[in-house]
Amino acid sequence: MTAAATERIPILRTSEFLLVTIQVDMHDRLAITLQDDLTNQIVKHHSRGVLIDISSLEVVDSFIGRMIGNIAAMSRVLDAETVVVGMQPAVAITLVELGLSLPGVRTALNVDKGMELLRTSLHGAPNGAS
Amino acid sequence: MRSSEDVVLVRQLVRALAIKLGFSLVDQTKIVTAASELARNTVDYGGGGTVRAQTLSEGQRVGLRLTFEDKGPGIENVDLVMKDGYTTGGGLGLGLGGARRLSNQFDIVSRPGEGTRVSITRWR
Repeated sequence: MTAAATERIPILRTSEFLLVTIQVDMHDRLAITLQDDLTNQIVKHHSRGVLIDISSLEVVDSFIGRMIGNIAAMSRVLDAETVVVGMQPAVAITLVELGLSLPGVRTALNVDKGMELLRTSLHGAPNGAS
Repeated sequence: MRSSEDVVLVRQLVRALAIKLGFSLVDQTKIVTAASELARNTVDYGGGGTVRAQTLSEGQRVGLRLTFEDKGPGIENVDLVMKDGYTTGGGLGLGLGGARRLSNQFDIVSRPGEGTRVSITRWR
């Protein structure tokens, strides 16, 4: 952990969306850095959607939960949509008992379903459903 | 515990202990999450402090007790800070109340000017 100052969660970019897979147990500053980076990248790349994969996260406490809520709220203000995917069942149970139900955050079971949700909300129903 | 990196270390330590005691995944997650809230409070509001872990056994029952202690400013009104949504730090104010809900036993002792001690227990 000597490179603490430059530590960052990588953000991948597709033509329309930003993708983040959180694979480390984030300390608070790292979570704030991610929040700032995502907000900046939405503006820089005119991204319309953000997908955050938290399937590797074994703990979501009130701080991380607040960060997820902040990202969703900030992206909404910037005309982008956030979907959180892959929450582990034990994390979901704990989060609700903690008192955090992530209001205003859209969720999906996995990356595929999350992408589908983002595309549908941007382009309407898939496969020509009229 | 002094920094937010230490909060991560506490989470990892508590996870390892809970696994060793045979806690279910949900119970592991609950006590690790509660520990994370309390460790953060110790660092952010208590100016740093210590955590002590004790393994308990009572007949057939096995439990884990965690005691967080700081020598920070203490809390004037404990009932008030236990309320969900109350915060002095700009957070969500779920830390203490949430940690209590995620634990089987919860004790808090605080003296203004002397510090705060919070202890949680979760049984398997």
